[in-house]
Amino acid sequence: MTQPRPNPPQNALRLHHELTRIWGRPKGWRGILVSVNHSEIGFRFMLTSFAFFSVAGVLSMLIRAQLATHDGAFLDTDLYNQIFTMHGSIMMFLFAIPMLEGLAMYLLPKMLGARDLAFPRLSALGWWCYLFGGSIILLALLGGVAPDGGWFMYTPLSSKAYSPGINADVWLLGITFVEISALAAAIEITVTILRMRAPGMRLTQMPLFAWYMLGTAAMMLVGFPPLILGSILLEIERAFGWPFFDVARGGDPLLWQHLFWLFGHPEVYIIFLPAAGAISTILPVMCRTTIMGYGAIVAAVLGLVFLSFGLWVHHMFTVGIPHMALAFFSAASALVAVPTAVQIFAWIGTMWKGRPQMRLPMLYLMGFFSTFVMGGLTGVMLAIVPFNWQVHDTAFVTAHLHYVLIGGFVFPMMAGIAYWMPLFTGRRAIRGMGEAAFWLVLIGFHGTFFIMHLTGLLGMPRRIDLYPDNPEWVLPNLVSSIFGFVMAAGFALFALGLILQTRYGPRTGRDPWGAGTLEWALPKPSTVYNIASLPIEGARDALSLARGEGALPGAPRHQRETLVVNMISGRPEHVAVLPGNAMLPITTAATIGVFVLLMLFGLYTLAPLGLIAIAAICWRWQGFTGTRQGHAQVTVAPGLQLPLSWHVPDGLARTGMVCTLIADGTLFACYLFAVGFLTVIAPNWPAPASTVAQGSALLAAGTVGLLALASGCARLAQGRGAGLAAGANIAAVLLLALLALRLDDPTAHARDALRGAGLGYVVLHAVVGAMLAWLCVVQRRDGRIAADRPGAAPVWRLWQDYSLASAAILAALVILQEAA
Amino acid sequence: MLAVPLLLAGCEGPLSILDPQGPAAAQIAVLWWAMLTGAGLLTVMVMALVWLGFRRDGPRQPSERFWIHGMGLAFTMTILAALVGGGLWVGERLQPRPGPQVHRVEAIASQWQWRFRQPGPDGGWIETTDRLHIPAATPVDVVITSQDVIHSFWVPRLAGKMDALPGRHNVLRIKADAPGLYHGTSAEFSGRGYAGMRFEVLAYPPDDPPTLTDEGDE
Repeated sequence: MTQPRPNPPQNALRLHHELTRIWGRPKGWRGILVSVNHSEIGFRFMLTSFAFFSVAGVLSMLIRAQLATHDGAFLDTDLYNQIFTMHGSIMMFLFAIPMLEGLAMYLLPKMLGARDLAFPRLSALGWWCYLFGGSIILLALLGGVAPDGGWFMYTPLSSKAYSPGINADVWLLGITFVEISALAAAIEITVTILRMRAPGMRLTQMPLFAWYMLGTAAMMLVGFPPLILGSILLEIERAFGWPFFDVARGGDPLLWQHLFWLFGHPEVYIIFLPAAGAISTILPVMCRTTIMGYGAIVAAVLGLVFLSFGLWVHHMFTVGIPHMALAFFSAASALVAVPTAVQIFAWIGTMWKGRPQMRLPMLYLMGFFSTFVMGGLTGVMLAIVPFNWQVHDTAFVTAHLHYVLIGGFVFPMMAGIAYWMPLFTGRRAIRGMGEAAFWLVLIGFHGTFFIMHLTGLLGMPRRIDLYPDNPEWVLPNLVSSIFGFVMAAGFALFALGLILQTRYGPRTGRDPWGAGTLEWALPKPSTVYNIASLPIEGARDALSLARGEGALPGAPRHQRETLVVNMISGRPEHVAVLPGNAMLPITTAATIGVFVLLMLFGLYTLAPLGLIAIAAICWRWQGFTGTRQGHAQVTVAPGLQLPLSWHVPDGLARTGMVCTLIADGTLFACYLFAVGFLTVIAPNWPAPASTVAQGSALLAAGTVGLLALASGCARLAQGRGAGLAAGANIAAVLLLALLALRLDDPTAHARDALRGAGLGYVVLHAVVGAMLAWLCVVQRRDGRIAADRPGAAPVWRLWQDYSLASAAILAALVILQEAA
Repeated sequence: MLAVPLLLAGCEGPLSILDPQGPAAAQIAVLWWAMLTGAGLLTVMVMALVWLGFRRDGPRQPSERFWIHGMGLAFTMTILAALVGGGLWVGERLQPRPGPQVHRVEAIASQWQWRFRQPGPDGGWIETTDRLHIPAATPVDVVITSQDVIHSFWVPRLAGKMDALPGRHNVLRIKADAPGLYHGTSAEFSGRGYAGMRFEVLAYPPDDPPTLTDEGDE
């Protein structure tokens, strides 16, 4: 292939108008509802998460007010339990995760040189799910029925017997609803980083922030499924009495703890990595140099991703696991400090290498150093088993986790916001406000949490609301409370500073910090289409990009186009056509919301209607995809002709499906873990003899056979087997329905409950398989599948193969159980 | 000068980890003071390195190799290896191993009280509520379980904590060096009555056991 040459320059203003018309959205309310633009959605994520941060912050002030005296006559215990549960849950699920998603969604296309994210409608869907799910949780708080079992929702306290109210259901359903946005963002971010970089940008040349976000997104793909599985199982137990966690019927509360912390510990690194990515991006700019040890930092990120999945048990050192098993997790927990230390020393080395300047973002980074290092060290202490036995579930841990999360996430995010605000708004900060906010937050933070270590060492457990018999805890708690309000004032001042900056800050030029990354080459404030042409060799500066000298200038085909590249080398492969403004994200999210509400209010007979409505509305998403036109090359630049995405089998959708199946497969693996764990570890096993008869084996074999047939059909060219495969999937569903009737009562024992859940999993996959197969039938009929355009067939085939594999594994599992 | 007695006085308390009265709590307290010293030195070192980064006329520039391999890998791993090894050594010594004179009691948690059962002098079971009687200077194995949700048995001045789980019987070794009253608390959130879920451990002189009356209803 010859090297593409730059396009001839065009009138920049005309290009700007052309692109704005295609990539823009209608003004007013309608525009807000239909927008799918990554800058707008990313910004909305950040704003919404800041609103939730404020709510959770107010809750923490209520906690501190209650604990300021020993007989806290301020809140009653029920309300206090709701408030601390909601403080943790909101901060984790409705602030930290959405905040980092928003930042990544906003920045990544601009940093990587793309015009939008890989699946714009999916990011909008994610935001609406987040908004609706978060609103349900907030309304529950206002109604006095918020979750009150702690953010970790340990069973059996959260089971129906001990939490009969709607509170726990609000948590399980609301948080799972919000997790849709986390999974959507994870898929979105992974595919965007892997396939939508600027032409020629190799994986190893990416800005470090992209590496960090790739690690984060990978962790989210694998980290959230355990929580989602746990939440679904617990909700089924609460709603229908299937005993996954009830020890009397073969369940085990420890299964919940394993699933929760399999998510919960990686979660900490999911939160830390993007913040570290911001540090690695900002620090070198503040030091007028380049980052030290790019390769070592990438290795550290990958190491963290890997190691963070091996240490969830350190939250469970006191549950009675044998000491030698704890030793492994203790060592792993300590080992995870190594990649963190590598990064910290690389950052210090960068400071020594350059000439650091104490500008506002750097000030916040100093806040990071002065808190996170201590939080990391107390974290290592907590990894040491005997010490953990003493301080576990005391205020010492509360202090530690706030040092890590505020030090490792909030301070770097404040640095990031200070750093990228000129990009968001085109304005510089109001002098002095950010600095004053910094000192208030820093002093308030250490005043609150440093002494809290001592409070914990003096024996104060977490989550208590009164301590009438312990006068020695009064003074440290009072100190924490007073400084807590100082910190709150600091955050309020920070927010005020941002508002004033947006309105009154002095205008800034293109690159106020002298940074090297691509996002600063874009006009300020940024445009809806990011760049008029994508950077290629010979056209990399802002002016030539604006004049359309780069690849894919303007919007000559009146559709939203951006380049898709090879995952590793960054060689351009095809031109992706992205969907435009749509009502579908909000209507889909609303439909899911209706289903969630039906479940929440216990209208289980109506809930299947909700599922049917979700399936119906999901079907409408495919309307945009595909083309009826034949193969045509698009001239991206002189010397570079590429096909449109509809004509290639390996498009963004296929990469997205691979990511989806990784998450799905993780969920399935967690299910298998649950089966194995209960079988081996739980008391009250083996289960009573099964009454599943021989005929059931035939039904199961028939199901697997039908799915194998569908999988075979999916291999035929041009979706020829789609009709047959759709029928096979439906027949499989019917066989499974017969099989369901023959299963043992799922409320009797965990084994049977797990079988029921597994059967539901296969049904779900067969239904989606039937829908995808039918989509191929429709596309064959209307010409969207033909010799040169694969339509949905490659995506369908992946799904079909996965369905077959998971169903076969499940069948084999049940056969093994019966044989044993 | 004034700070030292003030600091030590600040470490006292009925639930203080820093005021140990048994071998397990004492070893963990030693571990804590050692880790605190190390962590304090490391914090000062890292902050000093950050501060030195701002000095324009700083010392000779160390290489990337020094920062990444030297500090990030070698230095960190040496400290961690020593610490994890030390922690395991202490943890192993705290395990409940069978011995000739180990006293055995049962602790049964429920929302929101502790019941303790142990064999009486006449061979029958004696049950007490929210107060556990143990012989001082004798290793005691507490067999811990729960009848409803998860709780945690914790007497900070004697030993670390152990969870009470429904359907399981966890064993925690405690030992009080001297006779006395030691406070205990539940340390796992258990709902409305959690804050008040306290209990006492009364260590009696081994040669002078008290006469206990059975409070159980069975």
